[in-house]
Amino acid sequence: MKAAAKPQNGGKTLLRILSYLSRNRVQLVLVVMLVILSSSAQVAGNYFLKPIINDYIMPMIGVSKAARNYSSFIMMLCMMAVIYVVGICSSYAYKYLMMKMSNRALNEIRTDLFNKMQDLPVKYYDTHAHGEIMSCYTNDVDTIRETMSESFTAVIQSLTTVIGTFTMMMVLSPSLTVIIVIMMIIMFLTIRTIGGKSRIYFRRQQAAIGKVNGYVEEMFEGVKVVKVFNHEKKICDTFDDLNKQLRDEATIANTLASIIMPIMGNLSYITYALIAGIGATQIISGTLDVGSLASFLQYSRSFSQPLVNMSQQFNSILAALAGAERIFALIDEKPEVDDGIVTLVNVEEVDGQLVECEKRTNRWAWKHPHGDEFTLVEMKGDVRFHDVVFGYEENHTVLKNINLFAKPGQKIAFVGSTGAGKTTITNLINRFYDINKGSITYDGIDIKLIKKDDLRTSLAMVLQDTHLFTETVMENIRYGNLNATDEEVIAAAKLANADGFIRHLPQGYQTILTADGSNLSQGQRQLLAIARAAVANPPVLILDEATSSIDTRTEAIIQDGMDRLMKGRTVFVIAHRLSTVRNANAIMVLEHGEIIERGDHEELLAQKGKYYQLCTGAEELS
Amino acid sequence: MIKTLAKYLKGYEKYALACIFCVVIEAVLEIMIPFMMAKIVDVGITNRDLDYVIRVGLLMFGMSLVSLLAGAAGSYLSSKAGMGFGSQIRKALFDKIQDFSFSNIDKFSTASLITRATADTNNVQRMFLMLNKMAFRSPIMLVVAIAIAATINSQLVFIFLLIVPILGFALYFIIHKAFPLFEAMLKKYDGLNASVQENLTSIRVVKAFVRSKFEKIKFKTSNDALMEASIKAESFIIWNLPIMQFSTYLCIILILWFGGGMVMNQTMLTGELMSFITYVTQILMSLMMLSMLFVNCLISGASAERIVEVLNEEIDIVNSANAYKGPLSSGTIEFKNVSFKYKKESEDYVLKNINLSIQSGETIGIIGGTGSSKTTFVQLIPRLYDVSEGSVLVDNRDVREIDVVTLRDAVGMVLQKNVLFSGTIEENLRWGNENAAFEEIKEACIAACAHDFIMDFPDGYQTHLDQGGTNVSGGQKQRLCIARALIKKPKIIILDDSTSAVDTATDASIRKAFNETLSETTTLIIAQRISSVQDADRIIILNDGMIDDIGTHDELLSRNAIYQEVYNSQMKGVISE
Repeated sequence: MKAAAKPQNGGKTLLRILSYLSRNRVQLVLVVMLVILSSSAQVAGNYFLKPIINDYIMPMIGVSKAARNYSSFIMMLCMMAVIYVVGICSSYAYKYLMMKMSNRALNEIRTDLFNKMQDLPVKYYDTHAHGEIMSCYTNDVDTIRETMSESFTAVIQSLTTVIGTFTMMMVLSPSLTVIIVIMMIIMFLTIRTIGGKSRIYFRRQQAAIGKVNGYVEEMFEGVKVVKVFNHEKKICDTFDDLNKQLRDEATIANTLASIIMPIMGNLSYITYALIAGIGATQIISGTLDVGSLASFLQYSRSFSQPLVNMSQQFNSILAALAGAERIFALIDEKPEVDDGIVTLVNVEEVDGQLVECEKRTNRWAWKHPHGDEFTLVEMKGDVRFHDVVFGYEENHTVLKNINLFAKPGQKIAFVGSTGAGKTTITNLINRFYDINKGSITYDGIDIKLIKKDDLRTSLAMVLQDTHLFTETVMENIRYGNLNATDEEVIAAAKLANADGFIRHLPQGYQTILTADGSNLSQGQRQLLAIARAAVANPPVLILDEATSSIDTRTEAIIQDGMDRLMKGRTVFVIAHRLSTVRNANAIMVLEHGEIIERGDHEELLAQKGKYYQLCTGAEELS
Repeated sequence: MIKTLAKYLKGYEKYALACIFCVVIEAVLEIMIPFMMAKIVDVGITNRDLDYVIRVGLLMFGMSLVSLLAGAAGSYLSSKAGMGFGSQIRKALFDKIQDFSFSNIDKFSTASLITRATADTNNVQRMFLMLNKMAFRSPIMLVVAIAIAATINSQLVFIFLLIVPILGFALYFIIHKAFPLFEAMLKKYDGLNASVQENLTSIRVVKAFVRSKFEKIKFKTSNDALMEASIKAESFIIWNLPIMQFSTYLCIILILWFGGGMVMNQTMLTGELMSFITYVTQILMSLMMLSMLFVNCLISGASAERIVEVLNEEIDIVNSANAYKGPLSSGTIEFKNVSFKYKKESEDYVLKNINLSIQSGETIGIIGGTGSSKTTFVQLIPRLYDVSEGSVLVDNRDVREIDVVTLRDAVGMVLQKNVLFSGTIEENLRWGNENAAFEEIKEACIAACAHDFIMDFPDGYQTHLDQGGTNVSGGQKQRLCIARALIKKPKIIILDDSTSAVDTATDASIRKAFNETLSETTTLIIAQRISSVQDADRIIILNDGMIDDIGTHDELLSRNAIYQEVYNSQMKGVISE
């Protein structure tokens, strides 16, 4: 999604924009017809002027009032009025249809963008800045909006008028039409030269805007750090440079773009003067009559107007193409592949046999199809890693030959120095990333066979970075299980020891959290994230530094609750704090992507290895 | 609002004025040229007067050239003025936000500040460009065209003098109806963008809970709402064209009828009738342009208001008139009867009646439950917020009487929610002190236990960090942030839960380094782990915004219930060893 401002294959992109507009073919055809009708009415109305004046007004000059025959004059005016009314009606109709269609199309483009975003693998978000993706929704969709609602109809309209008047001019005087053609060629060359130049500068302007916006975003996000370090002055200076650069690029781009209008307009005046002069000589030499020259001149005026109008659309179409390309690039990204076949179902036991059922029984099974048949394997939470090798980038292995097993009901902890690969392991279990070598099995089934959605439903995660939504506290917790009742939500909050502080919020559970929950302390946000996982009531729970900002007293209370909730189920815990991992059944010590020690707390302390070392920070001092 | 924004045109007024001058020339010529055109047909060609045609033709040619030059100059001048204006507003916003206090920032939220400095500024800039070129052009064309039309035939002018008020009223009605709808639409638009942003930052949560369907439905709701709001607003605007066409066509027919009568009565010439119709079209076009301009102004008015709101925001932390600028000689801190709440209107205080004095060079640990206001407490020291009651003293001076730059230079603070910037590691570290020798940087990194992992990167100190430092792990980020604060060589250093993602052993060696190299520096450490604070000179127990107890590890262990409980919960397994 680079800022590929050059609309390579512009035609294809244009067609694709049109394809959004033409979801309703009938409407699109109707719009085109109405636009042609509306501009034809205008041309026809103007066409009536000449006969009305020549044939109905002029003959009656000097005729006494009583002798005048108004009826045919009135008839002509009525005909004109009818044509105009048709024109006005079709104008309104196409405006209305077009407005609806373009809004619908923009809505669909945004939906496609958003839906694609949900289906992209996590890896995509590692390599693309948020600001870049956001600009698809703001800048890029906006430029398309303009083209859809304005340019599309304007171009059809102008084309109709141009073709219509050109035909009329050819009929009137082919020799004078040559001048018009020459003018058109000059106009075309001017647009191409200036347009090409301004495209270059527009691209540079877009790049400069990108830089300024990026800088603003980064520095505003970190504004508190800026203040703590007294860095305001320096930041302002850097911004000044970027801002000035943008100003200069934008000045040139804008000058070039807006200069096209006066050039086009005045070129058409000059052409008019030329035609008048040449036409006058032709009249004197007798090759042209007065009436034809007069109408020809009239046509040449109505001919140049739409050309000028079209030249005005030129830039906005180019901008829209650039925007559309960025949007389509995102829509065309490869989605996360899921070729899993095994699904997760609720089961109950009938006569010692597992039977699939609809209601939530708190017992789950993997439904594994084999052709037409399927087997039900009870989901227990038995997770095993077999010689797993993984790296985020191809040549850089993060995890080497990991072998581990978590038996149902066990609490498995990962400890190790920062950057050892603890978070990575949990990201592999839920398939945020796919392993390079080896295999991971879940109740004996390779996780590659399990549908990703079902796999992730079976695991509740509390992530290292807590993210909350702009919603009420109640809805934020309910995110873990959309079917949870208010009572269940409150029970989960109590379990996470969050109930107390929630009740102290201005509107209790109905308090709306703002901007990623920034009106809460770091610890309180973590409590909510834990409540969210608890309400999911999952078969397997993964806690990644879930309690790092929570004081140990509160943590102990939560742990009690969690232990009760997760009895008989599997829990993975990542933490630095001993108090968090101490009562785990098995502790894995990771170092440089390898498990170097494993065992329970007592065994590991006795080994006096890395774990002992990690703990001694606390131990030496006690 | 206009007054506030007009200031930022400074230095560019001459371009704006010159542009208006060019626009006026262009407009006048643009009206006169059709006049020439009519003359060529009516006089020259009808009379077969070639000389006349060539003379007027040449005149027209000259006028077109002048108009072209004026137009081209106008394009340049308006771009120069508009972009200059825009860039000065952008700069003013950026600078103003740098002056904001923490509570100013909290009030607006970062996301909304970003939108104001980017999208809203662009809107206002675009509006200015349009105004500069159109605001004079359309009225001038209108007036001149009416004047010329009146000289051609003073009676016929009344026809569209009758139409114009009707048209004006219709346009007013449209704008009046549409404006609130547009405002509503813009709000929906903001809402949509906010929800996309939120979805982006929380994408892992969405995926982990398999909520993509839920999110898609949620998005559809706000997307559809936006579409409906937009259709509602635009369905008024689309009346513009048919109404304009109606007035134009009505005028033409009326003029043909009445004008035709005049021609028949020989009180008007045929050519005059034709040019009259041309002028009518032109007048109505100008009106159309004016109404468009008006609609656009009203819509971007919303953006202008949002910008002015930031520019006029009162900054609540400013230097007092005779702020102390000299160096601070010690790192003593004193809290005198300090109470604090984030908003004036809230009832409950977050910190209540804090009295405390800390000696220079002391190491203070701070322990307390979740939400016990530990972070708030330390943020009062570098004056990130002002106390509501009482006073905070650093080096025996009230912090409100010390120059803010001097104060914050003397207080190094590692924030709980910390940020690294895109750039190399060294560039990031130099935030602490731009002129630091490389040796000093290295020392700070060794003290923060960051040197080793930095050297493990292929590019060492020149390793490039992504925005927000996303390419290093949580613990590595924290250590870089500590090193960055150490390079400042502050009198006071505050670590706000800054080692939560660092393992216990590394945490211990950081503290060891602190003890050795920072014995002169007052150190405040907020932590969850007892081990992080137990060797501090004194430990403060915060509970519900009040100091519950102060003492050494041993004292607290023997007498304080909260401390004992925290200690036991953490030390059980280790002690049994």
